[in-house]
Amino acid sequence: MDTLIISILAAAIGAATAILYACLGEILCERAGVLNLGVEGMMLMGALSGFAVTFWTASPLLGALAAMLVGGLMSLIHALLTVTLRANQVVSGLALTLFGSGLSAFLGQPLVGQPPSASFTRFSIPLLGDIPLLGPILFRQDLLTYGTYLLVPFLWFLLFRTRPGLNLRAVGESPATTDAMGLSVVGLRYLYVFLGGVLAGLGGAYISIAYNPGWAENMTAGRGWIAIALVIFATWNPARAAIGAYLFGGVEALQFRLQGTGAALSPFFLSMLPYIFTILVLVIATRETARRRIGAPAALGLPYFREDRS
Amino acid sequence: MASSSFYIERQPTASRMVTLLLPVVSIFFALLLGAIVLLAAGHDPLAVYRAMFNGAFGSTNGLAETLVKTIPLLLAALGVSIAFRMLLWNIGAEGQLHLGAIFATGTALYLLPSAPSYVIIPAMVLAGFIGGALWGLVPGVLRAYFKVNEIITSLMLNYVAILLSEYLVHGPWKNPQGFGFPGTASFPEAAWLPRLLPTRVHLGLLFGIVAALVLFVILRRTVWGYEIRVIGENERAARYAGMNIARNILLVMALSGGLAGIAGMSEVSGIAHQLQRNLSPGYGYTAIIVAWLAKLNPWVIVLVSFLFAGLLVGGDQLQVSMGLPAAIAPMLQGTILFFLLGGEVLARYRIRLRAPERQTTTSGPE
Repeated sequence: MDTLIISILAAAIGAATAILYACLGEILCERAGVLNLGVEGMMLMGALSGFAVTFWTASPLLGALAAMLVGGLMSLIHALLTVTLRANQVVSGLALTLFGSGLSAFLGQPLVGQPPSASFTRFSIPLLGDIPLLGPILFRQDLLTYGTYLLVPFLWFLLFRTRPGLNLRAVGESPATTDAMGLSVVGLRYLYVFLGGVLAGLGGAYISIAYNPGWAENMTAGRGWIAIALVIFATWNPARAAIGAYLFGGVEALQFRLQGTGAALSPFFLSMLPYIFTILVLVIATRETARRRIGAPAALGLPYFREDRS
Repeated sequence: MASSSFYIERQPTASRMVTLLLPVVSIFFALLLGAIVLLAAGHDPLAVYRAMFNGAFGSTNGLAETLVKTIPLLLAALGVSIAFRMLLWNIGAEGQLHLGAIFATGTALYLLPSAPSYVIIPAMVLAGFIGGALWGLVPGVLRAYFKVNEIITSLMLNYVAILLSEYLVHGPWKNPQGFGFPGTASFPEAAWLPRLLPTRVHLGLLFGIVAALVLFVILRRTVWGYEIRVIGENERAARYAGMNIARNILLVMALSGGLAGIAGMSEVSGIAHQLQRNLSPGYGYTAIIVAWLAKLNPWVIVLVSFLFAGLLVGGDQLQVSMGLPAAIAPMLQGTILFFLLGGEVLARYRIRLRAPERQTTTSGPE
């Protein structure tokens, strides 16, 4: 196959990683019945803390860990407000995004334009990297991208083939039943909202310490929102999330390639592509889920009141 | 293990006192938390807040600038509030504002460049409204007829709208005499909104007040306003009562986007007199917080817009006087919203202590 197509596909896989992490996190969170629209804010704080820690320690691994921690801590604000205090999930998530973009812009000011002291770099996996076609596309990426190859099947297995996965789906479909089974609705929801934040933080860090090393205000550029849209496309299924994320990675990679070749279309229009594509994908996915009757988790967005149980 | 656990009990109605105090208390705690962040970053929070307050309210000039920034916030927040009333989460005010600015600019520069003031300004207001309304109708149509989540579509369109205006000011609408700087040519003077000289406060302030009045009348005195409120409270009941949900979604999204569009129009016509980059420092997003903080009440929105405009001006002043990033304003805004959300629980619910011995009957947490 043409080397150009291979390089575009390889770039697509890389471009997909950040969205994929965030999308997987949001799937966990929504499966537990909590809608978290704060993904963009958590990704921004993850991107900032990931870059900052990498900048100071020269260790991207520490940076990624810090981003996961910060993303998780941010999500706990949402958990406190929506799970414990039962505030409106939409507004709380929006607040988290606004807070995250404001705080990251404020704290990140001194780091704007600083050269990264280290970053995740691509390396070829022995043997696998030499497979024709698939090798250069899939197995000459960076560590975090390889991480998604393991995380997607793991989460799929967890969700659909294990007892904890059953509990997770139960708390999103019918928290009252879960409560009656003797499981803690609050505990489960806190856990998965937290894990959602951890993955969103990691997705943000991927942008600032692997994909495009550096820090700039609002550098996630709406990827958190695209991840939320992809959750619907994925019908809350990690395997389908990967497909969706690669589709988006493809659009982004193609867009950069076209910009590089000086295509007739203005770069501003090319930059619109991922956002317009998101809307199209969302329309198609919504019709599809309605037709096949795969809905959102039944209790998504609803606070749980034990005293209302009937 | 004889621990008593707390639980939350719903109250039938929030106490009026708490409802009134809540925003004030939220702002206080947000400032307190902001102070901790400032301290941690090595700044004197009191000095910072004093500089912000003086910058925004301490002088005639500062006060005038606060009023200038009140205008787009007020119009956009009113737009957001009418959609939120129906539980339509239009978070696309930022994009709708840009479309309003683009349409108004097109009217001033290309459609009616030589018309007199009394023609061109109403035409620009109308164009701005139409631009914002069309942009709001996209998620509206998708929601009404295809059940597509309007949160994501309206937000995605923000990015598209900003890129569209960037395209125009870098490309076809770029001022040939602009020395290569992105931006359109200056509007003819007839297309400038009158100002309250010597300040930059312009007629847009009146648009905002009138819009608040119109919304108030619509919501309180018309059948349409009644339908909006019923649909927001209970969509199923509204459907059984024979209300046309889809039509109401379209109308509300058009009005919501249109008001944000007028905000964009008043920015280009009242302040910049051209379409340029960085038209809005996120007015459309701040408007969401303003609307929620004001409990969607048009008159309270007027007040809260003024306060938040002060926060923005104060943030800008910090950049000038103390060299601190202006992003402190959005950070405080997000924090205020957090405290308000948490605080609403105190208004609607009462936290009670459960006696330890009663724990045997129900399985509490832990």
